[in-house]
Amino acid sequence: MALVDLMEVNTRLYQQAVPPDWPGGFWWHWLFFAVVLIIFILIMVMAVIYIERRAMGRMQSRLGPNRTGPFGILQPVADAIKVLLKENIVPVNADKVVHWLAPVIAFVPALMIFAVVPFQNGALLADLNIGILYVVAISSVSTIGVFMAGWGSSNKYSLLGAMRNVAAVVSYEIPLVLAIVGIVLLTGSLSMNQIVLAQDIPFVLLQPLGFLLFFTAGCAEINRSPFDLMEADSELTAGFHTEYSGMKFAMFYLVEYAEAVAIAAIITTLFLSGWRGPALPPWLWFIIKVIIVFFLMVWTRTTLPRVRIDQLMSLAWKFLLPLAVINLVITAIEVLFLSALPWLIIIVNFAVAAVLVVMWSKLFFKLGWGRLEV
Amino acid sequence: MAIETREFTLKTEPFMLNFGPVHPSTHGVYRMRTTLDGEVVLDIEPVFGYLHRGIEKLAEQRTFTGFIPLTDRLDYISSMSNNMAYCMAVEKLAGITVPERAEHIRVILAELQRIANHLIANGSFLNDCGAYFTPFLYMFREREKILDLFEMVSGQRLTYNFMRIGGVSQDFPEEFMPALRIFLNQMPRFIDEYDRLLKENEILLARSRGVGILTQKAAVNCSISGPVLRSTGYQWDLRRADPYSIYDRFEFDIPVGIQGDCYDRFRVRMEEMRQSLRIIEQAVKDLPQGAVRAEVPHLVRPPVGEAYSHIESPKGELGFYLVSDGSIAPYRCHVRPTSLINLTALREMVRGWKVADLILIFGSIDICLGEVDR
Repeated sequence: MALVDLMEVNTRLYQQAVPPDWPGGFWWHWLFFAVVLIIFILIMVMAVIYIERRAMGRMQSRLGPNRTGPFGILQPVADAIKVLLKENIVPVNADKVVHWLAPVIAFVPALMIFAVVPFQNGALLADLNIGILYVVAISSVSTIGVFMAGWGSSNKYSLLGAMRNVAAVVSYEIPLVLAIVGIVLLTGSLSMNQIVLAQDIPFVLLQPLGFLLFFTAGCAEINRSPFDLMEADSELTAGFHTEYSGMKFAMFYLVEYAEAVAIAAIITTLFLSGWRGPALPPWLWFIIKVIIVFFLMVWTRTTLPRVRIDQLMSLAWKFLLPLAVINLVITAIEVLFLSALPWLIIIVNFAVAAVLVVMWSKLFFKLGWGRLEV
Repeated sequence: MAIETREFTLKTEPFMLNFGPVHPSTHGVYRMRTTLDGEVVLDIEPVFGYLHRGIEKLAEQRTFTGFIPLTDRLDYISSMSNNMAYCMAVEKLAGITVPERAEHIRVILAELQRIANHLIANGSFLNDCGAYFTPFLYMFREREKILDLFEMVSGQRLTYNFMRIGGVSQDFPEEFMPALRIFLNQMPRFIDEYDRLLKENEILLARSRGVGILTQKAAVNCSISGPVLRSTGYQWDLRRADPYSIYDRFEFDIPVGIQGDCYDRFRVRMEEMRQSLRIIEQAVKDLPQGAVRAEVPHLVRPPVGEAYSHIESPKGELGFYLVSDGSIAPYRCHVRPTSLINLTALREMVRGWKVADLILIFGSIDICLGEVDR
């Protein structure tokens, strides 16, 4: 495997900073990718729902869905049909407009994230030169939809869940972005496609701590377990979508998994060298990696209990944020002085990640088992 | 220039939230009117009675024997213990001695029942903690084997109706002993597995250690019993304190907690399962031959008088108080319900904790609504 010369890659990227023309004209390009993306997301969501339920079943020593179709693969279809045929109930005291609008506002950003995710070299809706910034900006818009759902359904459980969600997203956005900045330092570009092109060595090796931080913060951002506080089923019945039924509930269900796929796709792009890989076609590599990352999320979900809201906050501010800042500083120094020696960077970064995580978790627990003094 | 300082105070007001009667974590139809300040629980007001069936009154219209099936419906996840407590009360009232073999069978089944109950208690405790059904289903896997054993002896899987006045309904079938032997060999390994998975889980420790502390004094004042009392460090177990049946012959330890928090209650139950296995081993070893039922007339007519008999049921002290007027039916039957009395300390325990802790503390008490409401 050839050693990557980071500085050389950086200069190459700067020269290519101007995006190419739209292949086949703008509108055709747009239409084609819009259709492909929506189909891709819907099929992916069904696939990951099936994978999650089967994998969880296996991990919990039960079978999981296995009745509809061979190995139960039609279960998501059956669920979708069931949900769509259900009656749409709107609570009497609900704010009708907000209640109706919330699923839409939550759903659209989850779709829009995929506009900048490359499926293979150059195969993406818009190769924005600020791609990753766009992702960060768009992904937090879903929160508004969730909060509208919590507020609009005039239910206290919903409101509690929505408040928790807002608090979690506001806190976890910061370590998330700081973890991304490490990547941007290495590539010198914000474009998702260029980030993939720069990964001759997957960045998970160059940025192990960044990967951990991004994975944790990403899980919290999309409310996957152990951070699934906003719909904590044992506490808040169903959290913000308690009062939703029928198609609107299906939208929220779709958002939940579309966001999970989106975070998995971004992790794939940023850390696991996106569509790159030997032998298989690039898009297949991309999907395989997305599913592997999603499987990691399922694994954590079946393994870990849920944290409490104050512990969630202190984890973000006392644990993830300092580590993200240290990671950023170390990466910056490495890019300055060690960019010709990627293997050294890998060794140093793994050592740093191990030491920091162990040290900080000790310190974290000295601070009172993650409890905030409020 | 004077700097104007203004105090920004956020005006908040407590609100009322109904937990239950239909809620995933109230373990039945229990209702808590909680007063919350944001996420913090200010006060709770328990509301009972949604499952009231008038079991104590029903006893007055049934014969002494005819009431046994109804005791199954008290704490329906440990029916064997209820059977045993009631039968012992009638035997005390009528002065019946139970054959040796029957006593051993009772002890074996009661201890199996204790393991089954603690499996459910710990499983649902972790479910309340937010571990998405994995520990719950792992524990159900072993409870299933106990239910298989119970099905062999009684033909039932939930409401056994197996014990009789003066003994048990029938002897063990011949396939029971080999199956019990297999279970006794397997179970310690499974308990070790739970310990490995859960004992030092950081999130579980952070969530449950130091949460919902019940002081020894408060526990005694509220006449709490069972694992909840022992978790405070108070070594009180009726099997030792007032040995009934043949418990004075067995060697076993009484596990106690340190400070009476949720984690201690969880650990005490875990250890009690080990001790129950020890008792079963000893009871199986010196299981005598002979009759399994004393010669008792079909319609028991105890002499005029009253009797109170209590046992250490899995949840705590379960007592039956019977008054006889010399007829075939009890004049008055009163149940000392473990769950209801253990619940009385809930208010003290949850004040000042968060909503998530409320659910956790409630789950750690391990109640059964069939027994609370009767």
